[in-house]
Amino acid sequence: MSRPAYRRPEYQKINKDLFVLTYGALVAQLCKDYEKDEDVNKYLDKMGYGIGTRLIEDFLARSCVRRCHSYSEVTDIIAQVAFKMYLGITPSVTCNNASRNEFSLILDKNPLVDFVEELPAGRSSLCYCNLLCGVIRGALEMVHLSADVSFLQDRLKGDKVTEIGITFLKKLDEKKYRRKK
Amino acid sequence: MADEALFLLLHNEMVSGVYKSAEQGEVENGRCITKLENMGFRVGQGLIERFTKDTARFKDELGIMKFICKDFWTTVFKKQIDNLRTNHQGIYVLQDNKFRLLTQMSAGKQYLEHASKYLAFTCGLIRGGLSNLGIKSIVTAEVSSMPACKFQVMIQKL
Repeated sequence: MSRPAYRRPEYQKINKDLFVLTYGALVAQLCKDYEKDEDVNKYLDKMGYGIGTRLIEDFLARSCVRRCHSYSEVTDIIAQVAFKMYLGITPSVTCNNASRNEFSLILDKNPLVDFVEELPAGRSSLCYCNLLCGVIRGALEMVHLSADVSFLQDRLKGDKVTEIGITFLKKLDEKKYRRKK
Repeated sequence: MADEALFLLLHNEMVSGVYKSAEQGEVENGRCITKLENMGFRVGQGLIERFTKDTARFKDELGIMKFICKDFWTTVFKKQIDNLRTNHQGIYVLQDNKFRLLTQMSAGKQYLEHASKYLAFTCGLIRGGLSNLGIKSIVTAEVSSMPACKFQVMIQKL
């Protein structure tokens, strides 16, 4: 196999810029099409869901993650493997409740907002990165885990950090596999 | 690189999203291609700025087109344009025999009529890139057989 041509490091960054810029153009177009912020948020979430259901296959093919046995393992893999692979960042994970089904991903760096300084005027409840929530939700559903994913805090809205909350809904169904015929 | 998968999926979702909202009557059918092309235009403008920050000034139009065919295409689509033809009077035809955004689709005639939807964004990308390099143009694309496609650039002399 031939050696891949040496690419200047800035070209690799430009490749990532392509995704970030495309996402920005998409949000801008959606803001033009829909007047209400909730509509834009919902549309982004729906698109993210469609992407997530397909991205999970790509993810599983590239990474060698083994089967997870708990929600916190799943969340760790999302933060440390998936985010690192696709966005180059590693959010930190915190668990929010005692029954261990509510988690938060804290992003101190978010490449999607690299070129965004502030939300446009009149769009104060726009969740700019709502696509991410849909992607996580869609990907989890394809591995038979249903979850509610939403932004709890957003730097663009003035909060200190950007926080994504994942709440796993149904318990992993074990009875199905133990049934004797 | 893993980023590629993200962009491909996002692009496909954008195309299907735009056409779905057209079906629901929110937007006329003809506007879909325009919408996608305009999004591509914005992205092309931004990309070319970051790209040519440190490069030398281009000698002429042909130099710019060669840049688009080689460096620009390689960074965005991981390969160069396979064939560049021109009539030296402002019309350029860029031929890509294995266009990245079409390789995921079946190579027969089944999706030929839908292929143009997936080229609109890239047409805008080229037009936006050229625009920020000082060239006004009209870019169209056609697919004769998947996954090969041709982009025709018509330079508008001011």
